[in-house]
Amino acid sequence: MKSSRFDATVLTLGFAFLYIPIVILIIYSFNASRLVTVWGGFSLHWYQTMWSNQGLMDAAWVTARVGLLSATLGTVLGTMAAMALVRYGRFPGRMLFSGMIYAPLVMPEVITGLSMLLLFVALGVDRGFWTVVVAHTTFTMCYVAIVVQSRLLTFDRSLEEAALDLGCPPVKTFFRITLPLIFPAVIAGWMLAFTLSLDDLVIASFTTGPGATTLPIKIYSQVRLGVTPEINAICTILIGLVTIGVIIASLNTKRAELRRVHDEHMALRTPS
Amino acid sequence: MAKTLGPVKRKFSPWTDPSAVPFIRFENITKRFGTFTAVDNLTLDIYEREFFSLLGPSGCGKTTLMRMLAGFEEPTEGRILLQGKDIRGVPPYRRPTNMMFQSYALFPHMTVEKNVAFGLEQDKLPKGEIAARVEEMLKLVKLEDFARRKPNQLSGGQRQRVALARSLAKRPQVLLLDEPLGALDKKLREETQFELMDIQTNLGLTFLIVTHDQEEAMTVSDRIAVMDKGVIVQVATPAEIYEAPNSRYVADFIGDINIMEGTVAATQSALGAHGTIRIECDGVSVSVDQECQAAVGDKVAFAVRPEKVRISPDKPVDSAVNAVHGEVWDIGYLGDFSVFIVKLDDGRVMRAAQANVSRLVDRPITFGDMVWLTWPLDAGLVLTR
Repeated sequence: MKSSRFDATVLTLGFAFLYIPIVILIIYSFNASRLVTVWGGFSLHWYQTMWSNQGLMDAAWVTARVGLLSATLGTVLGTMAAMALVRYGRFPGRMLFSGMIYAPLVMPEVITGLSMLLLFVALGVDRGFWTVVVAHTTFTMCYVAIVVQSRLLTFDRSLEEAALDLGCPPVKTFFRITLPLIFPAVIAGWMLAFTLSLDDLVIASFTTGPGATTLPIKIYSQVRLGVTPEINAICTILIGLVTIGVIIASLNTKRAELRRVHDEHMALRTPS
Repeated sequence: MAKTLGPVKRKFSPWTDPSAVPFIRFENITKRFGTFTAVDNLTLDIYEREFFSLLGPSGCGKTTLMRMLAGFEEPTEGRILLQGKDIRGVPPYRRPTNMMFQSYALFPHMTVEKNVAFGLEQDKLPKGEIAARVEEMLKLVKLEDFARRKPNQLSGGQRQRVALARSLAKRPQVLLLDEPLGALDKKLREETQFELMDIQTNLGLTFLIVTHDQEEAMTVSDRIAVMDKGVIVQVATPAEIYEAPNSRYVADFIGDINIMEGTVAATQSALGAHGTIRIECDGVSVSVDQECQAAVGDKVAFAVRPEKVRISPDKPVDSAVNAVHGEVWDIGYLGDFSVFIVKLDDGRVMRAAQANVSRLVDRPITFGDMVWLTWPLDAGLVLTR
């Protein structure tokens, strides 16, 4: 009993350490007072002003578009890279290629951001929305590549051979057989890419330009002038979105598990 | 149809007809993976409607040979002719062969009927025709009631049937089966072997099966190629392979056999002619009636199958038969057969198998008995390779 009480204490402290700051943020987003640290009663006031804060809303919209575009592009490129790494055996430059795929994982973001900035300047590209999209695509695709690659390593290649054998050309085989089967990994990669793009501050601030302020940049620059309850409100909404995402993902896992058990039972039965 | 199976099969022997054109021809095929030679300068003809087995231990190159026919591997040297046409460079999706995979390779995200229809859809057949063909195939493998199920909702035996239906749906000119029954239990495997033979005869297709299971190969095949280390050691009918193996390797690989190394002591006839050959095997002298292929002094092996060796407590009266004396060392009771392991006077071991035709529980011969093993002159074999 003693040890279990100890466990419970450690668990509580751990969770408290992780979640109390977030809980405080959520509570203060409903604060009626203008002062962040003084509780002035419950109110949805800041959620209303948040909607009418054009700067904040624009930034949110930019972030959403950057996230969707770069996650999608990064997923396509990352999946292709994973296919190349897993499928084409030893091609010349494979080591270099796989090293380069993983480099952004370990590279400090400041360096990635700076090198991107230098590239855009050298090419004479006007920095703005598209440069952020390109930069985010570059650094998210390596995460997608890793997720998809680990799925492809356990993929039974005889499935593809069977499709070829039955007269299905290679490209069609990819879309009819390979892609549907690795799709959960591709989606997981996309979600990871989207989340990474959503909360990136460093790379975005290096590569962005006028008119393309993302939400993290906006929040960061406002916080420097003092935390307003509006920021709390928008952060609460972000937390809500992420929580919903996590719940959906775990429900899906649970349902897949239930279906597997059901299928196994079915295999033992003959239809009546 | 099963009733006509026997006579039809017995009459079928295109390989003995010199004017017959082979359906598939492997011509001096070599396949190397890096420094490893999987298939070594191999030539083989397979005829239309034949049920042909590639038999050998794992790593002997049999699967590689099949994969080259399917188009998943290209030969390093040599060529493969299908109906007289060189198929080098033709991708797998344009070859008139279909394969049943060892792992079945059923598409897990498609139902049974979608799996079976997959190949037909690639040929852009009209919908109605596809549905009809799928139904026909599922009926053939007795899975009509399972059409809407996903592969992981099926048992192993059912999956194997779906795989068979899928590979047969396109009516391939050649069906390739890669260890098709390996994952099934013995009873189901035997049943399925006979079903495969029925299907093959009914549809009139050429089947090429890869297996390491000699019983399976013996049961289903018109001819068997026994492979070892990338080369074919013998190609013959199951009966020839069993009764007249051409080498120690084949004799030992197929079934049970007693082998004794020895030297030819005397021959009665010239090379190539029929006669009696006497072989000295370290003190045991045995005689064999067969076509003479060795000269006096040659190192050869003498071999005799256990079921052709008779076991008896009494010394044989007929001095013309081969006879050795020994002690019963071990008895393996298999139900239908009993295998006696007999230690000869010089310490060597020989096996004799006897059919248990009577329902005796106590056998007349038991452990420690001194017995005579006898076999007629035409029961044994001289193996020169």
